[in-house]
This record gives sequence, C-alpha cells and structure tokens, in this order.
Amino acid sequence: MSEELQALSAADAAAAIAKGDLGRGELFEHYRARAASDELNAFTWVAESMPDSVDGPLGGVPIAVKDLFCTEGIPSQAGSKILAGYCPPYTATAVANLEAAGAPILGKTNQDEFAMGSSNENSAYGPVQNPWDRSRVPGGSSGGSAAAVAAGLAPWALGTDTGGSIRQPAALCGIVGLKPTYGAVSRYGMIAFASSLDSAGPLTRNVTDAALFYRHLVGRDSADATSVSFPEPIALPTSERLDGITLAVPAALVDGDGIEAGVRDSFEAALESARGLGATVVSCEIPSAPYALSAYYVIAPAEASSNLARFDGVRYGLRVDATNLDAMYTETRHDGFGDEVKRRILIGTYALSSGYYDAYYGRAQRVRTVVASELSAIFQTADFIVTPTSPTVAFGLGERTADPLAMYLSDLFTIPMSLAGTPAISIPSGLSDGLPVGLQICGPAFSENRILGAAHALERAIGFDGSSAWSAL
Amino acid sequence: MIDRDELLHVARLARLALRDDELDSTAAELSTILDHIATFDELDLGGVEPTAHVGDVDDSLRTDEVRASLPRDVALAPAPAVRDDGFLVPSPQGE
Amino acid sequence: MAGHELEPVIGLEIHVQLRTATKMFCGCALGFGEPPNTRTCPVCLGLPGALPVANAEAIHYGLMIGMALDSELAPVSTFHRKNYFYPDLPKGYQISQFDLPLCSGGKLGKVNIHRVHLEEDAAKLNHAGASGRIEGADSSIVDFNRGGTPLAEIVTEPELRSAEQVGEWLRLLRTTLRTLGVSDVNMEEGSLRCDANISLRPTGSDQLGTKTELKNMNSFRFIERGIRAEVERQRALIEEGESVTQETLHFDPKTESITSLRSKEEAHDYRYFPEPDLPPVVITEAMLARAAAELPELPAAREQRYIDELSLSPESARLFAWRAELADYFDAVRASEASLEPQQAANWVTELQGRLGDQEAVDSNVTAASLAKLASMVASATINQGGAKQVLDQLVEHGGEPEAIVAAEGLEAVGGADELAPIVAEALDANPELTERLRGGDMKPIGVIVGEVMKQTRGRADGKEVTALVRQQLGLS
Repeated sequence: MSEELQALSAADAAAAIAKGDLGRGELFEHYRARAASDELNAFTWVAESMPDSVDGPLGGVPIAVKDLFCTEGIPSQAGSKILAGYCPPYTATAVANLEAAGAPILGKTNQDEFAMGSSNENSAYGPVQNPWDRSRVPGGSSGGSAAAVAAGLAPWALGTDTGGSIRQPAALCGIVGLKPTYGAVSRYGMIAFASSLDSAGPLTRNVTDAALFYRHLVGRDSADATSVSFPEPIALPTSERLDGITLAVPAALVDGDGIEAGVRDSFEAALESARGLGATVVSCEIPSAPYALSAYYVIAPAEASSNLARFDGVRYGLRVDATNLDAMYTETRHDGFGDEVKRRILIGTYALSSGYYDAYYGRAQRVRTVVASELSAIFQTADFIVTPTSPTVAFGLGERTADPLAMYLSDLFTIPMSLAGTPAISIPSGLSDGLPVGLQICGPAFSENRILGAAHALERAIGFDGSSAWSAL
Repeated sequence: MIDRDELLHVARLARLALRDDELDSTAAELSTILDHIATFDELDLGGVEPTAHVGDVDDSLRTDEVRASLPRDVALAPAPAVRDDGFLVPSPQGE
Repeated sequence: MAGHELEPVIGLEIHVQLRTATKMFCGCALGFGEPPNTRTCPVCLGLPGALPVANAEAIHYGLMIGMALDSELAPVSTFHRKNYFYPDLPKGYQISQFDLPLCSGGKLGKVNIHRVHLEEDAAKLNHAGASGRIEGADSSIVDFNRGGTPLAEIVTEPELRSAEQVGEWLRLLRTTLRTLGVSDVNMEEGSLRCDANISLRPTGSDQLGTKTELKNMNSFRFIERGIRAEVERQRALIEEGESVTQETLHFDPKTESITSLRSKEEAHDYRYFPEPDLPPVVITEAMLARAAAELPELPAAREQRYIDELSLSPESARLFAWRAELADYFDAVRASEASLEPQQAANWVTELQGRLGDQEAVDSNVTAASLAKLASMVASATINQGGAKQVLDQLVEHGGEPEAIVAAEGLEAVGGADELAPIVAEALDANPELTERLRGGDMKPIGVIVGEVMKQTRGRADGKEVTALVRQQLGLS
C-alpha cells in the first residue's frame, strides 16, 4: 500500500480521498512519517499529527510550506538565526487559502536565509541535499520545498520566487515549479525579501498538481495592497497538442557561454518535442537580459536592506544584549544574519544611499522598464518565451559558495520574468548525466492557464519520470 | 568600487557591526559585485521612466473599519525583554 | 553682520494626527490613553510578513486639508520609505511621502504652504529609570499604541517673521483643521505638534541664514516663548560675530533654556525609495467630489459672511471666524434670540470671553440661551449695561437664569419718566448751586446729578434717560 500511495500524484490522491478509496489520515501519516525521517535536511519542522478540520477540494492532501511563510504557532524562521524559534501570531494568506481548501500543513521546509541564494547553502539550519545526488545542491532558495517534493517526502510544496527561487530548484530537482504573475498570490505573511518581486507558487510532481494547487492559491487579498484578483478561474490542463502555438527562443541568451552542453542538448530535445506537437519555434532577442541581472542585484538587495531593518532585536527574534542601543542593534544584526544576507544588505544600503541612488537604484528601475517592454514586445508575436530554467544542472555542495557572483549567474534565465512580473513555469525536460534539466515557459501577465496547458502537453510528450529520486530517503 | 570608509559608512547606516578582519574581504567582494552591476551603464536609458511597481491595482485602499488588535500578551510574547507591559530596550542615549 | 537690523525667518512643520477610526496602514483602533501595547497588530508591530494597506479615510482627510489650504492636489500620489533605526519605529522605516505628496503649494491667511503629505506616527518611547529623563535612564520601554496613527504633515514656506505671528497663524490653522473635523488638534495631547525652522538674516536680504530646528513644542505659549528665546539666542551669537550651527534644539519652558537634542548624531541619510508594498494612490474624480462636498465653511469665508450678512465689525468677524468654537457659540446666541442685533450679540460674546481667559465659552457656566436672554434684556431696556455686567459676573461664577438673577438682586432698570422724574427732581432740589450752573448753560455738573440719581436707584437707571430728564426739568432744549 505504501508504494501505491507514494505513486499517487497529489491530484490523484485528492480524487482517491474524494471517492472514499483512501483515508485522509492514512495519506497524512504516510507523508508525515517520511518527512519525519528526512535525511536531506529538507524540513525544519514536521507536524506531529493531522489537524482536525481538513475538509475541502484539496481532499486533505498535505502541503510542505517554505519556512518564510508565517504559520500561527509554528516556527517560521525564514532560514535565519535571527528568527530562531520564532512562532508568529498569524498565518500567511497563501497558507490560509490552501488550508481552507483542505490542505493541512505537513511541515516547514528549509530555504536560503530570507530567500537569498540559489543553492540552499545560505540557511542557518544547514544545507539541503539534492535527492538525485546527495553531494549536490537542490537549488534555491526554495531548496527544501523542491527536495521534499522530488524525494517524495511531501506530495507538493509551497515556495516563493523572487529571481528564480521556485523555478531553479524545481529544475535542479526534476519537478514542476510555477512562478505566478506578480500580485496574483497574496504576499501577506510571507517574510519579505524583495517586495516588488516576491511571488508565492507551487512546487509539484506534475503540471496538473501545479494547476490544482494554484487554483486555491490565487486571489485578491485585502491585506496585500499589491494583490489582484485573477481574471479567470484556474483550469486543470488538458492540452495534448501545441498546434498554432509559437515559442520564442532568446537565441543570444541561450547560446551564451555559461550554459552547459547537457543542458543545451536537453533544451534542444524539448524544442524538438514541441515541434512534434505542432508548435512553431522562432528566435527572439531580449537585448537587456544581461543587464537585467545587474538591475535585479540592485533592486532586490535595496528592497531587502529596508525589509530586513525590522530585525532589530526589539520585538522578536534574536537580541545580543548590550548597554547601549546602537551596540544592541549592530551586534544583534551581526550575529543574527548570515554572510550572504549581510552582503545584500550592504549592497542595497549602498545602492540607496545619498549620492549613489541615481547611479544604482534609479538606473536599475529604468532597466526594469526596458526588460518589461522587451518581453511585452515578444509576446505581441509569440505565445511563450522558452529557455532552459538554469544554465547548469545541480552543482556540488560548496562548489560556488566562495564566489557570490558565479552564484548570481545561476539566475540569468529566470530574472527577466521576475523584473517584468510575468508568470513562468519550469518543468523537467530530461536528464543530463543523471541529473534533471528544467525547461522554462514564460507568458504575459495572467497567462497561467495557457502556460499550464502548454506545459501539460510538453510534459506528456517528454515523459519524464522522477520516481527514482524517491528512494533517496 | 567601494573602499573601507564607504563600507564603514554603509554598515553604520545598516546597523551592521563589521569586525576588523571582515572589512577588507567584504569590501573586495562588494566591489566585484558592484563592478559587475555597473555593466548596465552601457545601456542607453535616455527617456526611459523608472518602474517601481509592476501591475495595475485599482482598489488598493482600505476602508476605515476597526479590526481586533492582538491581545497584549500575544504581542509581547516573542519579545527578548519586557518590562511594565512594554518592549524593553537599551536607552537610545545610553553609553 | 553687526550694524544691520536682523529679521527672523521662520518656517513651520506641523504634524496633525488625523481623527480616523483606524491607523494609517492597519485596522487597529487609534489608541489614546489605553493600557500600553493593547492597540497593536502584526502590521503596526512590524512583524515579519505583515504588509501595510493605506486607510482611504486618511487620504480623504488629506484631500480635505489640501482643499482648505488651497493646495494643488496630486492626481497620483505615492508613498515612500524613510529608512532609519529607532525603537519607536518598528519596521526600521517610516512610510511617508517624498516626491509626490498628496498636496503641493497652497495658502492659509497670508502664509504660503509648501506641501502637505501623509505619513504614520511613531510609537511612544517611555524612558525607564529613576530620573525618568532620557540622559539618566539606562533603558526605555516602547508602547506601540500610538505607532501608525495617521499624520498629515503640513509644511509652510519660511515666511513667518515673529513669534506672535506664528502664534496667531497656528490658531488660524488649528481652527481650520477643527472646522474640517479631521483632527482633535489638541497640542497638549499631541494631536497637533509643531516644529519651527528658525534663522536670522539682515532685514530686506533674500538670503537665508543657517537655520536651527526647534522641536515638538506642545502649547501655543511654549511655541511663542521658544521661538522668542531661539531668535534672541541666534541674535546674540551673530552680534558677537559667532556663527549659528545647524542643529535640532529643544526648548525647556520651565527654565526657558534651549538645548541641542542630537549633538552626537551623524548626518542623516534616509535612503527614501518608493514603498513597494503600496501601489500609487490614484485620486479619482469621485474622491475629489466627496472631499469637496464635505468641506464646511472655512474661517476666511465665515469672516467675510459675518461682515457682509451680519454687518459685524471686522474685528468681531475675525475674532470669531478664527476661533470656531467662539463663532459657533455666537451663532447659538443669535439663534436663541432672533431679534438681537448681531453686533450686540457679538459684543456680549466678546464681553463674556474676556472674563473666561483660556476657557471656551461653550465650556463655561454661561449657556448661549442665557447670554442671549441677557443681551435682549439690555436691548429692551429691562436692564441697563451696568446691571447686565453684574448679572454676567454671576452667570460666569454660578450659572443660572439671567431673569432670576435680576429679580433676586433687584437689578431691573428703573425705567420710564414716571418713576425717574421724582428722583431727578429730588436730586436737583438737593443741589441748588449745581442746578443754577446748569440753568446758566454750564453742563459740567450734570455728571454729579446723574451720579446722585444712580446712587438712589442703585445703578438701575439709564444714564441717557436721566440726562434727558434733567434737561427737560430745567427747560433746556
């Protein structure tokens, strides 16, 4: 029974529970036991029992939740020492929406501290291992969520994406990750990294699960002034063909130096599959893409430097005692934040400081305008932009930690969509030397239904099987 | 490029203590990153408006209706130090 | 500089707590005097993950203020983050406005307005320790009840020239805001707070000298005294050839001394940037229409109406219009006795206020109805001026009904020739020498005769009527 249970996708499990073929408690306990014996360090907290009330269309299929979502009475530490043991008095809207739809919390997942990182090595609670190769990173910052789903420790998981933090770990772990249109999912209760970029979305085994999860995640929230109501219901995808669909490939970007041969091969094969389904593949240019990375690494740290000012040792979290206020502030923040977080706080503070604002922050905001208009122009003639999600497969633990800049380059393909606020999905396109490769499909704002449809058709054609990673536990 | 003095100034604004042995390495790391960022100076941005928010929101305002506040013990529970029903901090003018 | 006349250049920054039901960016009820930390939520405590949502009513009040001050209202207004660390600032930044304030420009009275913007108030820092004073304490206690209260910051151009002018103008501003109903505007309770930027320059110069900022003075008297003291301090420095240092100052009304507040502080770098959690606020036609519709009659209009429609003297009109409570009281007096001449009613209200000092007429023992009654008794000569003033004294002291007081004290005017004529005749008979002089055309002694009659009537006679009777009885035309 355990193997059969494990083989069920989240949507199938919800259906089985609805039919009465499967008990909610049985499913919850199956995953609870797996999560509790997690050896990947994917979880930072695991529930001890199923909550009483789990009725709803998600059928009681439990969710793993990235640590940075506030969950009432449950540790919510955002991967940071400065929030060690912090239990908020309220629950994030995204989590509350899923709970209300019948998805109980299975556990909280590890992440890069305050979502700053692409390898999950910046967690105060230790790095997460990739279930495909435990000497490698799962990607980041939603590395714990991605590893948990890939290893079958959770049916599905909630993550966040600021510059690629859902898509890149999904790619490196061989699962599906959807970064929504900015504003489609409430940010209330998400511990902020970069407010104008942060988006919450699903990490799932397949595209149908992503659609089902996303259906219950979206919605206008009066507690988030930047949230919007999704203009149409989220449908479960049924597409099997891509007839009449045009896919645009940013040639200069994809042919660039940093991209691994195995990744390029997998991408080419995916394009071939798309053609086989009736799609037209064309070339396009995003001339500002290289500068998008620069803009992102100004805007995100600038907003973060301000968002993280609240961690001051006064109302919650770590305090290093001192007799004067300034020493309390500076020592608390010195000890409480990790190196990458401090680096970005310093970069962001510098970029906003008097005399540098125009050269950095002001300029970055203008680059953002250019990136958005270039993407928008492409969507005038193409349905989607497709790229590999990450230039490389999962890299070795410790391989890039000494070189922050090299780590930043992991986000090259995912950042333009983050700046433009447009949706994008990563689905597995195959393996390269036994490690998963991700394909990114991006559309204009609020095109999630179409993206999910195209992803569903390609998923069927590619036929990726991620079940070999389940044994990694 | 960011030098030691600029770094100290920025760290001061950000209320981050930096140890002496962290200064040079941090300045070097930040300089590498800032130099890379500066490549966007190549882009001609004449006439381009800055983007601070993506997306259009029509009704971002809140009606003026009272919602329940937190019980005080809940508000104070996570505080590192509490006295007289308030959050205790070292005096801003203390030595 | 010595040898030149120096003139003060004063600009004001006024923080007004808006009287909304909830805070600027969260649904907590405003807190005044509640037990500490009982008006907080994840948003105003700056908990991780919490997000601000702007209060539509605060924007509405801001628009009303802008209209009242004749400002230009922004079609789109944005919030910015002002970043600095302080324990009363839970997020490490204050949400304020920067380059697109809700209102720009404007004028009130003779003073031009620079801008009006909205922001959130800081929490309250109570200094712990035996002395209770900031220098003596080793720790402080933060109460977040006040944190997040909506504030309108009104900034004037540096056009005020004296402490007295500041006091007078601030009273006009307070009346305007009170009339709008957007704030309690109570300085003692902190709902109206004023900082003054002060510099001196040679009279007639258009250069600005180095300014100091005098912080948070919490009454009109302290503001005027503080500004006077700072102007004198700067004048002394300049006359001795020393220079003024740009700094933030505190005026201690007890000692009349001025001290520097933040001498150790480094230069600020607030790193303003657009608040990413709050989309720009688009000011719609509907919002403008609602604000315009709710705009009450403002002091300048009321002043003009009193002159045009009621023929009040300009002095009375301004006195009332710039002091809304008094004008409302005046209106109530007139409403109570419709037949009263407006200026007569005005004179009696002024007479009353003169006896009350800082107390408002509406809060006194004298109801508008009783003052109206008193005024109409004078108008109908039921009582004379002197008697009425005695009644007013009683009313101020104990309250009550004027008719009852008049009856109890026997203060009815001795009215009509029938009653007065014998008393006048008696007075003339008793003073034959003076009577002769009067007959001879020397009118000087008439005061003595009138005084005699007043004495006989215990002040209840009307002086004019007595004079007329004297002339009549002596055959003088």
